[in-house]
Amino acid sequence: MNTATTTTTVPMSTTPARPWLTGVIIWALLLSAPIWLPMLGGYTALAGRVLVLGLAAMSFNLLLGFTGVMSFGHAAYFGLGAYGAGLTLKYLAASTPLAILGGVLLGGGLGTLFGLLISQRRGVYFAMVTVAFGQIAFYITYSWDSLTGGYDGLRGFARAPLNLGFTTIDITNNSTAFYYFLLIVFGVVTGLQALLLASPFGRTLVAIRENERRARFLGIPIERHIWMSFSISCCFTALAGAMYALLNNFADPMGLHYSLSGEIVIMTVMGGMRAFWGPLIGAALFVVLQDYISSMTVNWMSFVGMIFVLVVLFFPRGLLGMLQRGVGK
Amino acid sequence: MSMLDVRNVTKQFGSLVAVDGVSMQVAAGELRAIIGPNGAGKTTFFNMISGFFAPTAGDIVFDGTTVTKLAVTERVAMGMARTFQITEIFPELTVRENIRVGVESALGLRQKFWLTAAHKAQVNRGIDEALTLTNLTASADRYVGELSHGDQRAAEIATALTLKPRLLLLDEPTAGMGEHETFAVANLIRRLHRNSAYTIVLIEHDMRVVFNLADKITVLGEGKMLAEGTPAEIAANPVVQAAYLGSAE
Repeated sequence: MNTATTTTTVPMSTTPARPWLTGVIIWALLLSAPIWLPMLGGYTALAGRVLVLGLAAMSFNLLLGFTGVMSFGHAAYFGLGAYGAGLTLKYLAASTPLAILGGVLLGGGLGTLFGLLISQRRGVYFAMVTVAFGQIAFYITYSWDSLTGGYDGLRGFARAPLNLGFTTIDITNNSTAFYYFLLIVFGVVTGLQALLLASPFGRTLVAIRENERRARFLGIPIERHIWMSFSISCCFTALAGAMYALLNNFADPMGLHYSLSGEIVIMTVMGGMRAFWGPLIGAALFVVLQDYISSMTVNWMSFVGMIFVLVVLFFPRGLLGMLQRGVGK
Repeated sequence: MSMLDVRNVTKQFGSLVAVDGVSMQVAAGELRAIIGPNGAGKTTFFNMISGFFAPTAGDIVFDGTTVTKLAVTERVAMGMARTFQITEIFPELTVRENIRVGVESALGLRQKFWLTAAHKAQVNRGIDEALTLTNLTASADRYVGELSHGDQRAAEIATALTLKPRLLLLDEPTAGMGEHETFAVANLIRRLHRNSAYTIVLIEHDMRVVFNLADKITVLGEGKMLAEGTPAEIAANPVVQAAYLGSAE
């Protein structure tokens, strides 16, 4: 037997030649978005949507791309985060930071508890129970009229100005100011995610993705690490949901619906799940397609579906994975 | 006292008795080979020792502690490491990163979100040590999935060595390899045994490897122990010859 036939695994290296280059380009585009976006006929709130959904997809990707575990119910934590923020603003305190905290506690907390129950499951079983939990959360939110506003969604709250002690920043009416507030939160969270992935803990997660059996026989307690990864992913996703409620001053049950879970998966895979910034690229493409095509046809989703199929067929690494590989050559 | 003391273990899958009351004692520093025809229960026996599954009956004592019911990760923490018949590695990581995962796990750093400079230095020393031991320094920054079968196996052994195991279990380390690679892996095992005094138990089909390396050999057949002894004793044993060559009757 020769070596050519016995080498069965084909590596899919995704380390680009200049790993910092993608980050620099993305940050330049994000920082200058309020300047160039209106010139192209966009509006700042569109960039806000990209940031929020990109953050949700990147948080989801900690699980899918970097732990190798598929959740089909991440909208639940996104939606719960939105309701957590909305309910905090409406009933507890007119404070934007507290609203974000409320969202993270509700979505992240329930995700952490739920993760404890399911970290023993794998593959399809794991994905199915995450769908089930998502639908439970959706129907509870949908039915609990008196608290959540039911089908009509939660209204009657608004993001509060940021009080920094020495000065107050008005993010309530000034959409550019709110965009930069979003961008700061986005920067802090993605910075934390990058640190996490570069840490021993992050390497442990990738090891689980790569080969669970080998990881276990190196002494890694797989279930505990999958649970921790799930919990962290849910907390960040809930934070994205809280930002979504602040962006729209509104939270609705469709934010928990499984169709959004599917969209998060589509964004992530389309952008590239092995690339750190991949899900953000996927979210940007998704939001732009949604905005432009939905003004022409109600069947915009079939176009997104077609593009998704083309990307998966021809660029299995996703758009960013493909671009980084092209530049790296 | 022996490093590994397997006492009368049995494993039943439904009505099939895969391993039937086998005992084995391995001394510290010994290299033990387990041989036997296909279906003799060698890998099942191995899986019980390493904690892949628990025996139906019997006990496994590792360095004085009964580990029969302990989970894999607990046995690893006590110093037991293994490799698999089909190489189990992290294919999309480089050799260095593969080994790094093992080193950080062994040092109890796998849950850390950052490392101190002292820990970083310790981790890098551990990686270099494993690379040197397995002669993989030159391919340290290549993806493991790109390496030859023999080097992939060496990388797997390297990750197992990061645990500084007191017992190293190798399941068919030369399976599916050509002459040259078999020779290289056999040499690696010999170095680990002779120079670093590892206690090693291995399953092997290649009889040249077995008879050249092993201190003692255990022969299994149809789930039972057929014979145990030095290579010379085993070579001369009529029961073993019958099991391998077919009985004369």
